[in-house]
Amino acid sequence: MIRLLHRIFPHPHLTLLLTIVWVLLANNMTLNSLVFGLILGIIIPFITQPYWPDRPKLRNWPMVVEYILVVLWDIVVANVTVARVILFKRDADRQPAWICVPLELRTPEAITVLAGTITMTPGTVSSDLSAQGHNLLVHCLDAPDPDAVRDQIKSRYERRLKEIFE
Amino acid sequence: MGFIIELLIAFFLIVSGIFGVVGSYGMIKLKDPMSRLHAPTKATTLGVGGVLLASICHSVLIEEHLSLHELLITLFLFLTAPITALFIAKWHIHRHEKPSDLPDAGEDELWATHAVEQVEDVPDHSKS
Repeated sequence: MIRLLHRIFPHPHLTLLLTIVWVLLANNMTLNSLVFGLILGIIIPFITQPYWPDRPKLRNWPMVVEYILVVLWDIVVANVTVARVILFKRDADRQPAWICVPLELRTPEAITVLAGTITMTPGTVSSDLSAQGHNLLVHCLDAPDPDAVRDQIKSRYERRLKEIFE
Repeated sequence: MGFIIELLIAFFLIVSGIFGVVGSYGMIKLKDPMSRLHAPTKATTLGVGGVLLASICHSVLIEEHLSLHELLITLFLFLTAPITALFIAKWHIHRHEKPSDLPDAGEDELWATHAVEQVEDVPDHSKS
């Protein structure tokens, strides 16, 4: 019974997500859009199933919520910091820097989320991975202390992602 | 009560406007291409986020119907903006940076963009 359910819903979270996105796109809470969203949510994971080999399992749902809140808060704080750098710091005083963040994460999905987070928090842009994916190259807009930025990325984001994905 | 609601919406609009202007000003003021890349990622986060919050508040508090379209815009921006930034950054590394200009890549020795240039024939991963 469970195996049958698993074959019909190979990816239950994707089903849920697609249904929610469809209802939001339609922007009205009618049974109509809900049913059509559910149909899409069942068909799309079913068709795309071969393209999702060895998906990671999300282990720690409270941590997902905590991670999203931490990132949103950091975006607000970092926006103000970067606005101050742009407005009040002379271009000659600014210290742009490349930093290398050694990764403990090995799951490709987790590294993608980490790189995306680093880019979305202003002041840092993730620019490249090392050849075998063991290090992440990050560009900082203004980093008098590059090691502190690296430690913050590792302790705030990577530690939480490690608990979520691995 | 209506006044407070309008004040709240105006606050979000002004915040997003300020960050939009600062982001655009950064594009002019910052001189090197990698630093310029920071400006657009800024405008998409708080700049667009403020407009979307104002839009949600307006539809919920004044028009009195729930509209969560805006959350989707945020979601799609968060998916697409880092990829655009990564492509521009990789282009910059490809054209303008030598391996010696970048920090040491640890045990892998080279960053992916430079490693691809050095490999003559790209290894075939489909067999493994």
